[in-house]
Amino acid sequence: MSLRVDGLTVYYQSLRGDVKAVDGATFDVADGEIMGLAGESGCGKSTLGKGLIRLDARMRYVGGRVELDGHELPIADDARMNQYRLKEVSLIPQYALSALNPTRKIGRMATDLLHARGVDPHTVLPELRRRLQLVGLSEDVLDRYPMELSGGMKQRVVMVLSSVLDPSLLIADEVTSALDVSTQKAVARLLVEFRDRGFVKSIIVITHDLSVLAQIADTVMVMYAGKLAEKASTHAIVGAPQHPYTSMLLAALPEVGVRFADRRLAGIPGRPPSLLNPPAGCRFRERCPFAEARCAHEPPFVEVGPGQQAACWKVPAC
Amino acid sequence: MLEGAGVLRLDTCCKSYRVGAFGSNEVAAVRNVSFEVQPGEVVALVGESGSGKSTIGKMILRLLRVTEGTISYDGTDIATLEHQALKRYYADVQGVFQDPFSSYNPIFKADRVFTMLRAAYFPEARDDEWRAKVERALEAVSLNADDVLNKYPHQLSGGQLQRLLIARALLLDIRLLVADEIISMLDASTRIDVLNLLGDLKARGLAILFITHDLSLANYISDTTMILRRGEIVEIGSTPLVYGNPTHSYTRALMASVPQLHRSWDEAEAALAATSPAHVSGENGARLVEVEDEHLVAPERL
Repeated sequence: MSLRVDGLTVYYQSLRGDVKAVDGATFDVADGEIMGLAGESGCGKSTLGKGLIRLDARMRYVGGRVELDGHELPIADDARMNQYRLKEVSLIPQYALSALNPTRKIGRMATDLLHARGVDPHTVLPELRRRLQLVGLSEDVLDRYPMELSGGMKQRVVMVLSSVLDPSLLIADEVTSALDVSTQKAVARLLVEFRDRGFVKSIIVITHDLSVLAQIADTVMVMYAGKLAEKASTHAIVGAPQHPYTSMLLAALPEVGVRFADRRLAGIPGRPPSLLNPPAGCRFRERCPFAEARCAHEPPFVEVGPGQQAACWKVPAC
Repeated sequence: MLEGAGVLRLDTCCKSYRVGAFGSNEVAAVRNVSFEVQPGEVVALVGESGSGKSTIGKMILRLLRVTEGTISYDGTDIATLEHQALKRYYADVQGVFQDPFSSYNPIFKADRVFTMLRAAYFPEARDDEWRAKVERALEAVSLNADDVLNKYPHQLSGGQLQRLLIARALLLDIRLLVADEIISMLDASTRIDVLNLLGDLKARGLAILFITHDLSLANYISDTTMILRRGEIVEIGSTPLVYGNPTHSYTRALMASVPQLHRSWDEAEAALAATSPAHVSGENGARLVEVEDEHLVAPERL
């Protein structure tokens, strides 16, 4: 088992109180697994991804354990986490392509990054060059400034940089958003190739786009309002979703071939609850067409089928 | 020739920018684009970034001037409109843009967009009349007045803000809406609501130019689809035909790249390779060639 997360709870501190962005997340990611993490904006998916590598100043570790390849990650201890970052766990943050320092050449950024992690850049540069070529970039990009590269090229650079030390876990936060469909396809396929070539052992792909996950992920985990709603193989999520939220989310996707004139799709009524003071019980019950009295108690996230977990009273546990 | 009322027509429109030192280079953002939008029609303008799709929208809204060609509305060249005539044009044609959060001034309440409109277009309206009008517009976009009026932008969701902007456009009784990526920033569950809203407005006779990079959204809502590449239309036709029988190699490649839930990229590519498109010859120099009724394709350039 590559990654094991048990009861991870991370809150944001705000003047009005704690924002309960990730509340008791328990899941595993196997070796070689590409897990998609999906949900609407504000559901806590990025916070969960960041929580596995670095808690920023506003984030507060509340509880839970994270184990990677049998070692516990000291996620609450910023300094001690340093030895794992980039080497064991690596994150491609959201908007990474616009976060590249515009005044530094790509090569300089790479050496700075490696220095900061205590790695001698000269030992890594040959491999870095080889991988840049592998993703279809010439090694000249190291002498270029970020503004000289297109969005797709920057995203590839960021992907190569973040996985150059062969981390066990790569967390890719919205790497395919904001790209054109053809570039999106190329970048998404690179993630799979990185896994296949063993550059990374497992990947968590965070995105709001379920159709991209349907293409590349082995499993999909859906979050709603800071809680895990469902996790299952991609096939099961797309074909036989159990949690009402997952089904409604999928039903709201216009696919090529579906036309307004023929079939009107329905959105999910209402809005997600505020995470400052989330309601007790199932957090989806306000918007759920199947809600009933027992939903006032929180449903546990349990096994509901082979390799399928869901947090809903309506779904019989097995 | 007599023009139907409310028809927007672009005739070989070009837009180029001067770039580099002293404007030494010219970059063509839009090249020879011609199309029409009829009342009650949703025309999708689909293209990747840099294809010039937003430029076309901005030219229609007269935020940018055309370099060559004409844009006419109701038979009048919009470049000639000034003062009162331009104001009347804006009473008919309005735009809504991608990021609802940056369309509002965060210091003021969100409904200030209505107040500003009232000052410009309805200075004589009485308070109760105005309030009723606003409520009707909000109802048309399925918003509850108590939920959204008197609130700051940060207190509202992206979907609500975007719908407020559409309601603002509706207050003017507009006849053409230029919707530039208006749902790209919204969540999947809200997205479909705004799309359905556009569908309902279309049923009431509103014409919509739906600018997007997302082929499935365009397919869902539009009657006519245009595929734009580097400022040029490569394929245009009725939506079921363009999607059912994509003919230009660029359109076909785009369609195969769209991520779908129940069809893998490999399958899409295999299906693409198995069929060969109709050969479109450009011998007589035509910019677009009709491959079937209501379906025109640009000849492939090698």
